Amino acid sequence: MNSYHLDHLQHLESEAVHVMREVAAEFERPALLFSGGKDSICLLRLAEKAFRPSDLPMPLLNVDTGHHFPELNEFRDRRAQQLGARLIVRHVEDAIAKGIAVPTPGEVSRNRLQIPTLLAAIEEFRFDCAIGGARRDEEKARAKERFFSFRDSFGQWDPKNQRPEIWNLYNARVNPGEHMRVFPLSNWTESDVWEYIKREQLDVPSIYFSHPRRCYRRDGQWLPVSDLLPSKPSDQVKELVVRVRTIGDIISTGMVESRADSVDDIIAEIAAARVTERGSRADDKSSEAAMEDRKKQGYF
Amino acid sequence: MSTHTRHPIEILRFNTCGSVDDGKSTLIGRLLYDSKNLMEDQLEALERSADITGGGAINLANLTDGLRAEREQGITIDVAYRYFATPRRKFIVADTPGHVQYTRNMVTGVSSANLSIVLVDARNGVTEQSRRHTYLAALLGIPHLIIAVNKMDLVDWSEERFLEIRAEIEAFLPRLDIFKDVKFIPISALDGDNVVDPSQKTPWYEGPTLLGHLETVHIASDWNLSAFRLPVQWVNRPNNPRDPKLHDFRGLSGQIAGGIVKAGQKIMVLPSGWKSSVKEIWTLDGPLKEAFCPQSVTLVLEHDLDISRGDTIIGLENLPGMSADLAAKICWMNPRPLQRGRKYLLKHTTQTVQALVAGIENRINIATFDPEPQPAELAMNDIGEIRLRTSRPLVFDGYANNRLTGSFILIEQGTNLTVAAGMLQQPTELVKPEYNDFAI
Repeated sequence: MNSYHLDHLQHLESEAVHVMREVAAEFERPALLFSGGKDSICLLRLAEKAFRPSDLPMPLLNVDTGHHFPELNEFRDRRAQQLGARLIVRHVEDAIAKGIAVPTPGEVSRNRLQIPTLLAAIEEFRFDCAIGGARRDEEKARAKERFFSFRDSFGQWDPKNQRPEIWNLYNARVNPGEHMRVFPLSNWTESDVWEYIKREQLDVPSIYFSHPRRCYRRDGQWLPVSDLLPSKPSDQVKELVVRVRTIGDIISTGMVESRADSVDDIIAEIAAARVTERGSRADDKSSEAAMEDRKKQGYF
Repeated sequence: MSTHTRHPIEILRFNTCGSVDDGKSTLIGRLLYDSKNLMEDQLEALERSADITGGGAINLANLTDGLRAEREQGITIDVAYRYFATPRRKFIVADTPGHVQYTRNMVTGVSSANLSIVLVDARNGVTEQSRRHTYLAALLGIPHLIIAVNKMDLVDWSEERFLEIRAEIEAFLPRLDIFKDVKFIPISALDGDNVVDPSQKTPWYEGPTLLGHLETVHIASDWNLSAFRLPVQWVNRPNNPRDPKLHDFRGLSGQIAGGIVKAGQKIMVLPSGWKSSVKEIWTLDGPLKEAFCPQSVTLVLEHDLDISRGDTIIGLENLPGMSADLAAKICWMNPRPLQRGRKYLLKHTTQTVQALVAGIENRINIATFDPEPQPAELAMNDIGEIRLRTSRPLVFDGYANNRLTGSFILIEQGTNLTVAAGMLQQPTELVKPEYNDFAI
């Protein structure tokens, strides 16, 4: 190898920084979706790489379902403050109260209700672009996603009619009312994300590391016991040593039994893993096209 | 940028293309499966769909055909990306559709690839689609090519048949004259022969397996490192910096599109022609002594020049072309045909300008690769040579020398659709530097 050579993380970083700067240059009112999860933690570091020593030229946006892990929200707020970034949080609870999001009778999950809440926030602030941390390796429908993913005035994705995306020439043009979702981590895998967290020495919320937690078994998964979803008498409740591999809402995030309590341990654990990250998300399992259907409606 | 690891792992991007039913998706499924990059829940999902739709047999194509319409029709509609790794390399795979009407997606999948795999069905031999895909890979300047002769099990592993197909392709390859290397590999994607593990059924074949070749093909020189080009993407000027040292900070950010830049070296800004030198290569992790393509960096210059997005910073050697009159090969991707006199937006590196179609020189006949001169228009999926006049001169290289500074897209105003991928011809005239050493 000669010295003019990038390893895979440097290569992915350079690509993502290019995409971020393209957003800053081409859009008038972009936002960066930041949840405090591992992917969006990488996004924020990439934004620093792209824009420092200037301030980040876009606010951070999060849709709070009201079912978030408290550790995640604490981390989100702290990280935004450290970076001196503006953080906008919009709540599903408020969207329900205003009639923007309407739950189906008996619907406990807030997953679907994030969609109208996010679209209302995009409309409220007239955002013309939202940067997200989605990766193509997560799921089959996401594998078809472009870096610059066009959304019509209803916020919808039309997978059969995507703009060709050629070289690094991104077509960022949208008409008023339409917007773009941009995914700088498109080509990253789960292990790339953790290797980058290690290389950049990034903090992550504590729930990614193993900790004792009361869980119960449902649909082949260990779900955390919480006020939102109390266990039924018939449930088998156990105190386990667990961590999360991917973070969704408390009521749908499967905990994995793990002793990994450092980033190195996590990298080793993923290398040996025999199921994908999304295997622990109940929201994706409902049908083979679950993600595609949600994405078409405006999910991220 | 962070420091190098001791054994850097390279990324190789490749795509698979072929006609419908040539087995592209099956091949990717096989690569993932045999290199142990498939997870249990993915296998479970495969088995679930096998029970429902496949009469019990696992269909490896279901791994990449992620959209409902694709599974229903049993075809690949859009480019699907897959990721897998071996201890030697990381791979980004674009599974690109073979349908004629989806050529635009194939261009999407191929444009940034190091390597292209064209699948040929051993029974059907070389079809118009195989020729089209090979031509497109050459047109887009893909350095490495694999012709995977698939379904060899259905022709009794006949060496004669394999050599026949090989000869047919080798007969037209010299006309494309672009690939650094071309490899012919006899495989069965369905059974896995010569995909990851060498096959017992091809004693007459002495080359590598498909994965073996993907792991070892030399890609380190695929980027242009000889002529420095930095299209300015974003001007970095801190608004109210807390650090007083940053009050006058003016950084020029972008991804290096060619060559190497060193701190202290002389540079020129185009189209203005102003000269200066590099004061600092700024990164979040501290200044660099040098940086190279395709790194994303921020340059600080010695002089405070009026530079904005769309300008190009270059070294003083290996000068580019600069012109508003351009000749290019394009792949047309819109149902509304391209006609002389039409205006489009043209995006080249980091600038978007107006472009007028001044003429259509020819249309390539894919069956013969011969140019048909002076066509009335270019229709969807046509490839041809056109002349353009732009509202502002482009600073560019021929596509054959640099895929990043030699490429552009055309955008239709109003619909904002990307309607063409363009590859610029070599400049007829290079930038002429003046002899004043510095602007200030």
